[in-house]
Amino acid sequence: MANEGLDKAVSGEYALGFEIDIETETVPPGLDESTIAFISKKKEEPEWMLELRLKALKKWETMTEPHWAKLDYTPINYQSISYFAAPKEQIDSLDEVDPKILEAYEKLGISLEEQKQLAGVKVAVDAVVDSVSVKTTYSEELEKHGVIFCSISDAIREHPELVKKYMFSVVPMADNYFAALNSAVFTDGTFVYIPKGVRCPMELSTYFRINALNTGQFERTLIIADEGSHVSYNEGCSAPTRGEHQLHAAVVELIILKDAEIKYSTIQNWYPGDENGKGGIYNFVTKRAICEGDNSKVSWTQVETGSAITWKYPSCILKGDNSVGEFYSVAVTTLAQQADTGTKMIHIGKNTRSTIISKGISAMKGQNTYRGLVKINASAVGARNYSECDSLLIGSNCGAHTFPYLESKDTQGQVEHEATTSKISDEQLFYLRQRGITEEDAVSMIVHGFCKQVFSQLPMEYAVEAKALLELTLEGSVG
Amino acid sequence: MSTVMKIENLEAKIGDKKILKGLNLELEAGKVHAIMGPNGAGKSTLSKTIVGHYDVEVLGGDITYKGKSIVDMDAEERALEGIFLSFQHPVEIPGVNNAYFLRTALNAKRKYEGKEELNAAEFLRLMKNHLEMLGMKSDMISRSLNEGFSGGEKKRNEILQMLILEPEVIILDEIDSGLDIDALRAVSEGINKMKDGKRTFLVITHYSRILDYIEPDYIHVLKDGKVIKTAGPELVAQLEEHGYDAIEEE
Repeated sequence: MANEGLDKAVSGEYALGFEIDIETETVPPGLDESTIAFISKKKEEPEWMLELRLKALKKWETMTEPHWAKLDYTPINYQSISYFAAPKEQIDSLDEVDPKILEAYEKLGISLEEQKQLAGVKVAVDAVVDSVSVKTTYSEELEKHGVIFCSISDAIREHPELVKKYMFSVVPMADNYFAALNSAVFTDGTFVYIPKGVRCPMELSTYFRINALNTGQFERTLIIADEGSHVSYNEGCSAPTRGEHQLHAAVVELIILKDAEIKYSTIQNWYPGDENGKGGIYNFVTKRAICEGDNSKVSWTQVETGSAITWKYPSCILKGDNSVGEFYSVAVTTLAQQADTGTKMIHIGKNTRSTIISKGISAMKGQNTYRGLVKINASAVGARNYSECDSLLIGSNCGAHTFPYLESKDTQGQVEHEATTSKISDEQLFYLRQRGITEEDAVSMIVHGFCKQVFSQLPMEYAVEAKALLELTLEGSVG
Repeated sequence: MSTVMKIENLEAKIGDKKILKGLNLELEAGKVHAIMGPNGAGKSTLSKTIVGHYDVEVLGGDITYKGKSIVDMDAEERALEGIFLSFQHPVEIPGVNNAYFLRTALNAKRKYEGKEELNAAEFLRLMKNHLEMLGMKSDMISRSLNEGFSGGEKKRNEILQMLILEPEVIILDEIDSGLDIDALRAVSEGINKMKDGKRTFLVITHYSRILDYIEPDYIHVLKDGKVIKTAGPELVAQLEEHGYDAIEEE
């Protein structure tokens, strides 16, 4: 009896499934050298970038799609995807964003007009629609502090020295199948450089929107925190409700120099598909940070509620002595969603520390896998790791799986791992209902309690958004 | 006498086991009723049945509360109507802030009754007053619901909820189990504070100890799924001396 309301309570509506009604320029489906040349030309790239892309394509063509993850999906036909789609630019208004796009972003809760931002909470936004960045706000104000915040396409043209030095330095071109594909075809994404000693004066963010039909999104993000600097960066995303699967294969590279810190937060809300697994985004993402300098710190916080398939392991290479890596994750799979996600903590420097807090929530037919590696090299004397992986099951048709891997060459290293799997117990639900709380509110209360450790890591505005999103994902009646 | 709850010929099972076998019980409004009986008599099943626990399947009979049958009502509706169960083993709910939970519950009830909801500040004031009265620490506001609470803290927290939610029929299931003498005193004080001649108590207990603190008006002896005897408080002494076996069905 206690379970009968549950499915109803967890089959949340996808609220952002609208389509922006704009004219789109799309390259025909297919991938070969001419596609790459087209993309590179569209972006007015220098010759060296085109060469790197072609090199990546060659490598990708020799590789095979990996299938070690606990994911079951129909094969992807890479030749049936269009690799470039962009809103058509309006004549005479190169700087102006199509009002329909502005309106769509308003609808997503993001203002692209600086003067419209609330006083006190300035958030700079890079808005990416399909393959292009349509607007980057506050770039000029940030420039006064020496902060570079622009699209990766602009960075390739305007800051080639930084791009040449750092792109592919954390995620090598042929690191894995999806990273190689991205290296060949990547379109837009965000570039950030925080100079020495600068604390970025505002939150930076990118909002990715897939809009066009039959296209993939392949963004690339590169963030460099120079010595003693600090930045908090947030990304969000969404896509229209469509019956076909769409591929999203991104690469994110973070470089953190001595005494610097990057706090990277993601609220992933790609269209999840329906309860029979029809439609939804295939999300294959490579995210990696290197703590290059001593005392540097990186923190990944992710709230994953969307996508039909998620394959994503934000990782930290802790190279500098005393460097710190953190991974806080909430992954929700409901409907027919599947997620195989986790992290890698590679300890190289002395006294490096890492923390992993992973919370998986599965409902309906959702399958949630945590896969994590903690590797402590012989050089990492005094390294410490703490891992906690908790799974929460709602109902009895979903699944949770945990695959923690540990490789330790330092016999003095301290590694602690805790894992729990719990079902929202009938006893917990009943307790709350006996106090007059409805079953739906009771489920939401228990789930929020479960995620608290992770949500508390998000910047405040985003924590509010994450809570609301979770509510929407797990509760049919809200919104 | 005015009856607040009437249980007639109640038959109920848990799993395949029939536990309540034609139970009759009338609760007089404003009185303290103690249900006593040996292990396995059906005491906890009775309390579960009244609050609509998912384990219990009602096979026959009826429970009327304020003149309405409640056997088909959802658990939350029974709660909103004023029936409260102090759990024998309150469940832990990690990460759910105790004050947040309790304010949500109180506001659900106030809304149901057409009253204004309390804001966070108003609620905190109310909660702090009660915490002091129960000799509870103020960290009860920020701790997670029952998580890592000692046995005594859990029971005090049940009483705290009772004081704040102000129910009309209060079922105390083995409220004294696992309590030391100080906790027992604090818990009894909380309960006695609620005795205002209107609220009705159903004290389910194995031992008579708690009845030294909360004076019952009626003793009902439950055996093999039925109430076999109802008497005044003088029955307690008799039970202590001769045990349940000496009680004959009336």
